[in-house]
Amino acid sequence: MGKFKKKTKTSENIPTSALPDIIFMLLFFFMVTTVLREQEILVEQKIPQATQLQKLQKKTLISYVYIGKPKNTALYGSEPRVQANDALLTPADIVQWVNRERDALPEADRGMITISMKVDKDVKMGPISDVQTELREADARRVLYASVGKVVNN
Amino acid sequence: MAKSKSRMSQEVNAGSMADIAFLLLIFFLVTTTIASDKGILNVLPPKLDPNNPPPEIDKNERNIFTILVNANDDLLVEGEYRESADGLDEDIKAFVLNFGAPDEDAQALFNSLPQSLRAQAARDPESSDHPGEAVVSIKTNRGTSYEKYLEVFDLAKKAYFDIYAERVNLETAEYRTLPGNDDAEKALIDKGKEGIPMAISIAEPDKIGS
Repeated sequence: MGKFKKKTKTSENIPTSALPDIIFMLLFFFMVTTVLREQEILVEQKIPQATQLQKLQKKTLISYVYIGKPKNTALYGSEPRVQANDALLTPADIVQWVNRERDALPEADRGMITISMKVDKDVKMGPISDVQTELREADARRVLYASVGKVVNN
Repeated sequence: MAKSKSRMSQEVNAGSMADIAFLLLIFFLVTTTIASDKGILNVLPPKLDPNNPPPEIDKNERNIFTILVNANDDLLVEGEYRESADGLDEDIKAFVLNFGAPDEDAQALFNSLPQSLRAQAARDPESSDHPGEAVVSIKTNRGTSYEKYLEVFDLAKKAYFDIYAERVNLETAEYRTLPGNDDAEKALIDKGKEGIPMAISIAEPDKIGS
């Protein structure tokens, strides 16, 4: 058996002088990718899955509509509601909201406004169809059904 | 006087720098939501003008691939009941590429297709005449779940993207995610689509049984 001798005299400290640099690098990554949530989502959002996802080139053209059961059922009831920006809308308000969103875009892009519909899985087609009718009325006809990728097993 | 002060230490103490950076890092980690702007693009039809009713469209029944989804999420595809939407993409593909009664342009289109796609043309007189005429119609009920609707719509899109991709010899996922930033990519996208319009019609949901 014998004694275990220290073989080398190298120091056992890990050099930590580069640690701040590594941390800063991570920090910058997260700072760049972060989008601070500007609004509180008042409706439930379980985004459905799909396979044929496409990504839009210009993010500025997208306006978001959230549809789902309100989280605060005591206040807003349990029927699916439509949220745009930070307030719940009735379908009749949608045309006005779309026009406001469109006016915020530069003039050349106004025809290309895209509405991203973030719809909860459990919503039925009825309310969605009502929203789409209003969007047609407002002439904002590009719609993106937001969904997350599905893992296909074939 | 002033000299003696500056001689004390020339360096800023950087030992706590990592701690400060960690604090910031954790803050951003917690507040980050990596934005997901992916989805399925759909273009709605223009609004109805009461003075200008849309022209009556005379389409042969054989050129329309009807998919009905009821309030129980059951499917009726071309008059046949189905429990799940699996395999629908293959059926739509076969329907679009049927070339039952191609006219002159469609025949030219047919000849321009790669061999693998030409082999899929069943030439069934009961199915679509040619891709330019073929329409996939999806009709839901107000009680249909959004999830089911999206699944069916997704499969219809998949069928078309499969055809486009096969035509330009790419994987479906590669074709779909082509950004179209330069002319070569744009030409590739157009080459896939040429003569085969993505005709997916979404009918107004009906109100019965909801």
